[in-house]
Amino acid sequence: MDSAVQATRDAVEALAGEKYKYGFVTDIEADTAPKGLNEDIVRFISAKKNEPEWLLDWRLKAFRHWLEMPEPQWAKVSFPPLDYQDAYYYSAPKVGKRPESLDEIDPELRKTYEKLGIPLKEQEILAGVAVDAVFDSVSVATTFKKKLEEYGVIFCSISEAIQRCPELIRKYLGSVVPYTDNKHATLNSAVFTDGSFVYVPEGVRCPMELSTYFRINAAKTGQFERTLIIADRGSYVSYLEGCTAPMRDENQLHAAVVELVALDDAEIKYSTVQNWYPGDENGKGGIYNFVTKRGACRGRNSKISWTQVETGSAITWKYPSCILQGDNSVGEFYSIAITNNYQQADTGTKMIHLGRNTRSRIISKGISAGHGAQTYRGLVRIAAKAAGARNHTQCDSLLIGDRSAAHTVPYIETRNRTAMVEHEATTSKINDDQLFYCRQRGIAEEEAVALIVNGFCREVLQQLPMEFAVEAQKLVAISLEGSVG
Amino acid sequence: MLTIENLHVAVDGRSILSGFDLDVGPGEVHAIMGPNGSGKSTLSYVLAGRDGYDVTAGRVQLDGQDLLAMAPEERAAAGLFLAFQYPVEIPGVANATFLRQSLNAVRKARGLDELDAMQFLKSARARMKLLGMTDEMLKRSVNTGFSGGEKKRNEVLQMTLLEPRLAILDETDSGLDVDALRIVADGVNGLRAPDRSFVVITHYQRLLDYIVPDRVHILARGRIVRSGGEDLAREVERTGYADYLAPAA
Ligand SMILES: Nc1ncnc2c1ncn2[C@@H]1O[C@H](COP(=O)(O)OP(=O)(O)O)[C@@H](O)[C@H]1O
Ligand SMILES: [Mg+2]
Repeated sequence: MDSAVQATRDAVEALAGEKYKYGFVTDIEADTAPKGLNEDIVRFISAKKNEPEWLLDWRLKAFRHWLEMPEPQWAKVSFPPLDYQDAYYYSAPKVGKRPESLDEIDPELRKTYEKLGIPLKEQEILAGVAVDAVFDSVSVATTFKKKLEEYGVIFCSISEAIQRCPELIRKYLGSVVPYTDNKHATLNSAVFTDGSFVYVPEGVRCPMELSTYFRINAAKTGQFERTLIIADRGSYVSYLEGCTAPMRDENQLHAAVVELVALDDAEIKYSTVQNWYPGDENGKGGIYNFVTKRGACRGRNSKISWTQVETGSAITWKYPSCILQGDNSVGEFYSIAITNNYQQADTGTKMIHLGRNTRSRIISKGISAGHGAQTYRGLVRIAAKAAGARNHTQCDSLLIGDRSAAHTVPYIETRNRTAMVEHEATTSKINDDQLFYCRQRGIAEEEAVALIVNGFCREVLQQLPMEFAVEAQKLVAISLEGSVG
Repeated sequence: MLTIENLHVAVDGRSILSGFDLDVGPGEVHAIMGPNGSGKSTLSYVLAGRDGYDVTAGRVQLDGQDLLAMAPEERAAAGLFLAFQYPVEIPGVANATFLRQSLNAVRKARGLDELDAMQFLKSARARMKLLGMTDEMLKRSVNTGFSGGEKKRNEVLQMTLLEPRLAILDETDSGLDVDALRIVADGVNGLRAPDRSFVVITHYQRLLDYIVPDRVHILARGRIVRSGGEDLAREVERTGYADYLAPAA
């Protein structure tokens, strides 16, 4: 096996078994805007980033709209009202200028990423993973840029993209998730600070996995990344994001927006391994993960595939969706969500079939343990013009213990009689026969649960890029700790 | 090696075993025969530590250790192996993953080095060949969609990998054709050793033509009602269990 991949695995292995392994805080001087949210903060962020006038206007429109918007109420989650004024909206590690090479990165920051097992070193880059790392709000390093440039692939922070290719940004930013979309996305539009940008030119198959690691470090800091990926005609890209945050008693808001655009014959594979701090055993602290992810299959024969492994966060609220505009386009959603202790998750997808012969596939695996509660919420909409559209949905819930809960809320709207929509759902409890069988073979109860759950999730885990599938399996095990006995 | 004294077991308040005694010495093979529903599987589950079986009286010792005080995985580490009458399916978990995790858990508990993927494969393949199993069986999910015979072979494979001190085989013969029966019996016989014992539970005498027992016991009405040599198995095959079902006059 590749040594870099091995190194990443070893790093994970060394950390596995601890309670929440990313709960350290990095001591870094930060450049922070005053607390609170108002138009001046929006202007401050935009000025910090040296943005063009139109973008500031767009942010301000979003901000004004946001003031009027109600909080979304449909999700089956509960939490006290958010105090938007009691948070910081901009916190950047002080590094003067952006590092030219990896050696220039603040050693403290490097250490943090090493603890996270993120491959920033050149040798690890050979693993074929290009990493963009977003620390609090600012992208600190994008590795392996040269190689990508040879292929014409642009992979950089969105701040950099705003300077480098403003036309692309202006054309596509907000084109999939408009600033009026929902309260969290609208807030993001007003105050987003960084995130990743990818452009894959026509006919190019991106030569490596692209990857971003997000980390919330500063206290009372919201994280509002904005990611935009554009796959031009006939191109392909696979992108993975991983997320962690330190342990803190207060809840922190993470309201990201991800927009994907696939043109004719293009394919985007987007994978997420989300391990934000989930709060403690009693439900204190943890990240509010309120995220809007949406992909537009604009072109004919285009494809967007979402894979998510959601093990962290106190509350997860996200519905990675596909708008299937182009004829014959394909949308996929593969999801594993785990809620343990007092975690809550309301997650699912929307597949909007607009074009003819569009197809979508949904596989959702929900695991609930402790007092965990989760809801699969999905919408499959077949528009009148979407002749021959097909959807297959499979939703499986697994309950561990007798205080956990699972709900399935599928909405199906069909306006075309030639469409075929299938929905299967199961709910089961972790099987005592399986547990006993494993234990008779010497496998301790907690490991047995992890093994069985990994089996339950296999169809989804298989969708992850190889290097990350192993990490995801470990995460499944770690997040179920304390769920039995 | 294994000593069971005056074992009483109830399930949901109903008495299944009452006053069961058994003494299995090192290297011995004991057969337990009995009619359906007499409590043979109950005995095997109690020994392996399954939940839901209430031991209301009695003692069980394995190599002098109080077996009943141990968790199922500790019993496995101590060398107890149960070949299940109905092996359990675990969808999505590759058989190889399961077998290796099991083997390494037991090896670790016994103070041995864990095997890496290559070492494990080598070890598993050698044993699979003897059992007439193909590599494909390692890739498939644990017991999922296996035929009856494949499941039983997979149990024997695990037994040969884990090298137990005491192996309990619960009707491993049922559902096997003669060829498969011979392969399974060869697997067991190949493991026979002076420091390893077997409790072979069976409904039929047939298996005992291949695995020749030192002692044969008849389980009925919650306890052993008769013990003897291998001839007893043949006798039961002729006369049936009816005589043992009614309380002794
Ligand atoms: N888990 C259980 N719940 C309820 N009854 C059980 C359970 N296990 C066994 N029994 C009952 O105990 C008796 C013995 O069963 P078992 O041990 O399976 O017998 P055998 O293996 O000899 O056929 C039967 O009457 C059976 O119905
Ligand atoms: Mg039985």
